[in-house]
Amino acid sequence: MKILVCVKQVPDMESKFKIDSSSKWYDQSDLVYKINEYDEYAAEEAVRLKEKISDAQLTVLSIGPERVKDVIRKVLAMGADRGVHILDNEEYLKDPFQKASIIAEYAKSENFDVIFTGLQSQDRGSAQVAPLLAGMLDYAFVSTIVSFEYNEGYAALERELEGGLRAKVKAKLPVVLACQLGLNTPRYPTLPNIMKAKRKELKTVNVDELLKVEPLVETEKVYFPERKAGGIVLEGKADEMADELIKILKDKTQVVK
Amino acid sequence: MKALLIGEYKQGKLEESTYELVGFAKQFGIDNVMFLVAKDDVDLKYDSKVYIADADKYKEYNPDIHTKLIEEVAEKENPDYIIFSHSSYGWDMAFRLAVKLKVAPISEVIGYNEGTFVVPCCNSKFRRDVKPKTQKAVITLQGGAFAPVSEGTPQIEKIDAEGIEPSVEFIDYEMPPKTGVDLTKAEIIVSVGRGVGKKENIELEKELAQTLGAEIGASRPVVDSEWLDQSYQVGTTGQTVAPKLYIACGISGAIQHLAGMKKSGFVVAINKDKDAPIGEIADVFVVADVNEFVPILTKKLKSA
Ligand SMILES: Cc1cc2nc3c(=O)[nH]c(=O)nc-3n(C[C@H](O)[C@H](O)[C@H](O)COP(=O)(O)OP(=O)(O)OC[C@H]3O[C@@H](n4cnc5c(N)ncnc54)[C@H](O)[C@@H]3O)c2cc1C
Ligand SMILES: Nc1ncnc2c1ncn2[C@@H]1O[C@H](COP(=O)(O)O)[C@@H](O)[C@H]1O
Repeated sequence: MKILVCVKQVPDMESKFKIDSSSKWYDQSDLVYKINEYDEYAAEEAVRLKEKISDAQLTVLSIGPERVKDVIRKVLAMGADRGVHILDNEEYLKDPFQKASIIAEYAKSENFDVIFTGLQSQDRGSAQVAPLLAGMLDYAFVSTIVSFEYNEGYAALERELEGGLRAKVKAKLPVVLACQLGLNTPRYPTLPNIMKAKRKELKTVNVDELLKVEPLVETEKVYFPERKAGGIVLEGKADEMADELIKILKDKTQVVK
Repeated sequence: MKALLIGEYKQGKLEESTYELVGFAKQFGIDNVMFLVAKDDVDLKYDSKVYIADADKYKEYNPDIHTKLIEEVAEKENPDYIIFSHSSYGWDMAFRLAVKLKVAPISEVIGYNEGTFVVPCCNSKFRRDVKPKTQKAVITLQGGAFAPVSEGTPQIEKIDAEGIEPSVEFIDYEMPPKTGVDLTKAEIIVSVGRGVGKKENIELEKELAQTLGAEIGASRPVVDSEWLDQSYQVGTTGQTVAPKLYIACGISGAIQHLAGMKKSGFVVAINKDKDAPIGEIADVFVVADVNEFVPILTKKLKSA
């Protein structure tokens, strides 16, 4: 069985964000990067599947600049067999259709049986790359996976629906699965595994070899949302802010007396 | 301008979000027809044409067959936009359909202005204005972003699809375990987010809640980390609440959280990051470390 997991490197969402000079995205300097939260669950599930099946091979793929090798190495240390880095210094300027087509172009000759992805990236958050990829490869697609089990020839899945309701579904292989938060408990790579990962194959492919399509969507601008009109901001000493808050609550709500 | 709206039907009922799709089209003066997989007795208040496929025959969830049916309707109606909810039902069809039709996919739309769509990014820290580069587009609308419209009697046309071998099969629904907390009736909710740092710190919010006679709520990561059980979760995949007072402690204010609590009467946010998106709906934004501020607030409320 051949398994692929697609992981994205994103900034820590608690970073201080600035909008870049073109107003098309955030400024990428001075940020701390890590693996997209959703993709960590996808990676863990992929590693578990690989460990269960004797002849399975797990590939981890990421598109982005040199620094995204860090997240590839992390997933190699979690247990993936080989890494593919698609070098693209302008990943952030591409639309989801282009990103999906880059992955599809790479994946089409590999014939993966199961492709794990995150439900969405924390920064772009389009939730599109996975279903677009499935559409391009003509694979089955199921989103918002909170439980996964492999049985001969098919995947037994649970999806999380709105309001916490779940649905059990069965999907034929080959399939693209977009993983939701809480699917499993991702492991921490151990030191020996981190060392071992350094010796695993990590191939770099230039994006120009794989990108063959124009974008379908154009970003006009990126901006901060407005604060609530009339909203009050309290800053300063905790003690004084608490007094002020209690006064406001007594004034404006009927529930604090 | 014409739209094909994809209604949603779950557990034998029309989903309210369907009316938000109608609201969107009406708000921007877009002609519209609807597609829906439902049973015969569906209660739909809609003043235009609706193509209905039988839910007994095609199941409420069956992305391959539903997509095929939608394609057939799209061929007849030739819409500029095909509009889904940004939901578990929409995700499994909308973007694959965009690939098939070779049109621009635009997701999680929260605003619209003459062909430009507003979408959030970076966990709602930013907004993005985006434009399709194709004449037509497949779009998904964020729940709660547009006011619902439900009125009228639809003209129904039944439709069928033949000869499709589905790749995904629906088996069954599973209800979330009922563990008791019903937040929908709470007057005050003190809600805990990842910003509290660790499970033990939630004691501070519990004490504040007790002092105020409030219930405890939580954001999703708090539940995923098993600091509190699922029944406390507020948001699209948790409960939808509308207390008189909502105190968000260390919650950033992602769209999926806001969707579950933005009808609250008065919102207080306690967050160390002044730019956190919860500021968009907070009546009072306290810039502070929750673990330091909450005990002080509790103490003062107790002695007041
Ligand atoms: C399909 C789908 C459904 C979802 N459903 C839900 C849902 O139902 N409910 C839900 O909540 N989420 C849901 N989410 C997840 C949502 O997108 C966010 O990831 C989540 O709401 C973030 O939770 P948070 O605000 O607690 O954590 P974070 O986003 O990590 O925010 C933590 C906040 O705490 C602040 N902070 C950190 N330390 C401190 C400190 N010491 N003092 C004060 N402030 C501090 C930070 O500034 C930050 O703003 C869903 C996502 C998807 C894709
Ligand atoms: N640059 C990237 N490299 C690898 N995988 C990606 C990349 N961007 C998105 N993905 C995958 O697609 C999923 C959805 O991303 P998005 O459509 O941006 O919300 C992510 O969770 C990843 O699994």
